[in-house]
Amino acid sequence: MNYHVDDKGYYGDFGGAYIPEMLYPNVAELKERYLEIMNDTEFKKEFDQLLRDYVGRPSPLYLARRLSEKHGCRIYLKREDLNHTGAHKVNNTIGQILLAKRLGKKRIIAETGAGQHGVATATVCALMGIECVVYMGEIDIKRQAPNVARMKMLGARVVPATSGSKTLKDATNEAIRDWINNPVDTHYIIGSAIGPHPYPDMVTRFQSIISEEIKWQLKEQEGRENPDYVAACIGGGSNAAGTYYHYLDNPDVGIIAVEAAGKGIDSGESAATSILGKEGIIHGCKTLLMQTDDGQITEPYSISAGLDYPGVGPMHAHLYRSGRGTFVSVTDDEAMQAGLELAKTEGIIPAIETSHALAIFNHMKFKPDDVLVINLSGRGDKDLNTYIDYFNL
Amino acid sequence: MNRISATLQKDKKLLSIYFTAGYPELHDTGTIIEKLQESGVDMIEIGLPFSDPLADGPTIQESSTRALKNGMTTKILFEQLRDIRKRVDIPLIIMGYFNPILQYGIEEFCSKCAETGIDGLIIPDLPVDVYRENYQPVFKKYGLFNMFLITPQTSEERIRFIDQESEGFIYMVSSASVTGAKSSFGEEQQKYFKRIADMNLNSPQIVGFGISNAETFKAATGTAKGAIIGSAFIKYLSENGAEKTADFIKQIR
Repeated sequence: MNYHVDDKGYYGDFGGAYIPEMLYPNVAELKERYLEIMNDTEFKKEFDQLLRDYVGRPSPLYLARRLSEKHGCRIYLKREDLNHTGAHKVNNTIGQILLAKRLGKKRIIAETGAGQHGVATATVCALMGIECVVYMGEIDIKRQAPNVARMKMLGARVVPATSGSKTLKDATNEAIRDWINNPVDTHYIIGSAIGPHPYPDMVTRFQSIISEEIKWQLKEQEGRENPDYVAACIGGGSNAAGTYYHYLDNPDVGIIAVEAAGKGIDSGESAATSILGKEGIIHGCKTLLMQTDDGQITEPYSISAGLDYPGVGPMHAHLYRSGRGTFVSVTDDEAMQAGLELAKTEGIIPAIETSHALAIFNHMKFKPDDVLVINLSGRGDKDLNTYIDYFNL
Repeated sequence: MNRISATLQKDKKLLSIYFTAGYPELHDTGTIIEKLQESGVDMIEIGLPFSDPLADGPTIQESSTRALKNGMTTKILFEQLRDIRKRVDIPLIIMGYFNPILQYGIEEFCSKCAETGIDGLIIPDLPVDVYRENYQPVFKKYGLFNMFLITPQTSEERIRFIDQESEGFIYMVSSASVTGAKSSFGEEQQKYFKRIADMNLNSPQIVGFGISNAETFKAATGTAKGAIIGSAFIKYLSENGAEKTADFIKQIR
């Protein structure tokens, strides 16, 4: 079984590029050039240097002793929360801004839900002195005021998406419309492993630094490159894609994907796409997505703004359907408790997205000598208000 | 002969109108189609509403959202169109995004189109390459034309390819924009229109996006075979309702 993208842009049944003709030249240009650019020695040098000196990579792989004791296995945390801007998102935006420069683009657009990808994009645009426009749902702008302020401070223009449900899915629609209206000088930095081919593969490759580092870091600490399991939370799935990438073809490494069940799978307020979704087309790719019987895309729900996307990256849809990945869904309550647990046992306050991955112990049992790597995809500063409200802090 | 081919042979510039099915009111669909034919429109594009219409500007988006709120579905559309061929004989084209069609079932959808007398489809997010590889035989089986878009950014090589794959007409997007974005055509558009005309394509071109009145209709059809008005008509419907459709068409020609 092949878990990587094939030459037509598919992962098994999923992927492809279902785009209006208006976007064809842009997407075709990317498809033709992304690998050549990414494999270029100068590009790699610049990318690696920025990841080291600006982002602060490698991010530590930390053996969480107290958490391990509590759950009876060896738990390592990949500390993407320690990156500049506080999450894994910046790995991809650094890569894409360098790529956009080589494509001769003068203007950057992006979509954002909680604002993490928007901040990461605004950051690299400031770094490179390139104009930046971030689309964000009107409702999310109200919910995520600090991140809106960050983007503005970084010089980005934040444009409210006022159509549809006024959240991430609509921000993505607006960004795509902007790209249609500005086809020549603009590059669209998609923040997750979604969108038309080659985006899912390109974003995955930029994020694959996560599993690349896990391999040598684990070798140093455990004497072996391969853990028994790698686990990550999944909205669109970019942090997960990066965490799994170098282990996809190694059947000895179990892949665990944690989705947001919201208030429960059957509650009508959920974002567990693999369970609730059906095959369809969203934002240019064929994947599993939450929709009505009539094919209208529905609005998901999760306490975490980064996980409430109605689709899932096509690679993950393939991991689900092929059985390569074990998919678990975790409710709001479980995630919040797991976030609190990490704070109290390890002194780390995780992003609520990440807290979902930390709640797998409610659903899976591990053996004492099992080595489990959980990607700690982001820090919890941005979620403090949600934690305060939830726990009456 | 497919009604689209027959109409394209007429010795006149063609006026095609787009409207969103189920808007302004759920059951306006039939009335609007009849009134458009009565007013002398040559072709009609019936918009199948979608929750996430990527290529559409605010006017068509809002009409889609409203149509869905009104309860519009693919099934209801086919019910509304059941007897339409008893009353209307101009070409009818369904324009919709791919996901609702995929969920209905491609074969089932095509079969229903043939049964109700739909002549063709425009599916903006189903690229010609994917269509050719996966879906063409089904469309052909039911005698449906599938029309493709070109834009000012489409390369000559790709235009030739699309021309070769096209049945009916080529949908020529007037400028780099979503629907409804422009109010007049500048020099750049005129150059693009001429460039395409000079290519002597096999398929006639119908211009869409940015056509709103007599002036833009005339400008768009200087070299092209016809033009499509969408957003401007939707805006008119929202202010005047379906019954006054004829007054809008009179302003165009």
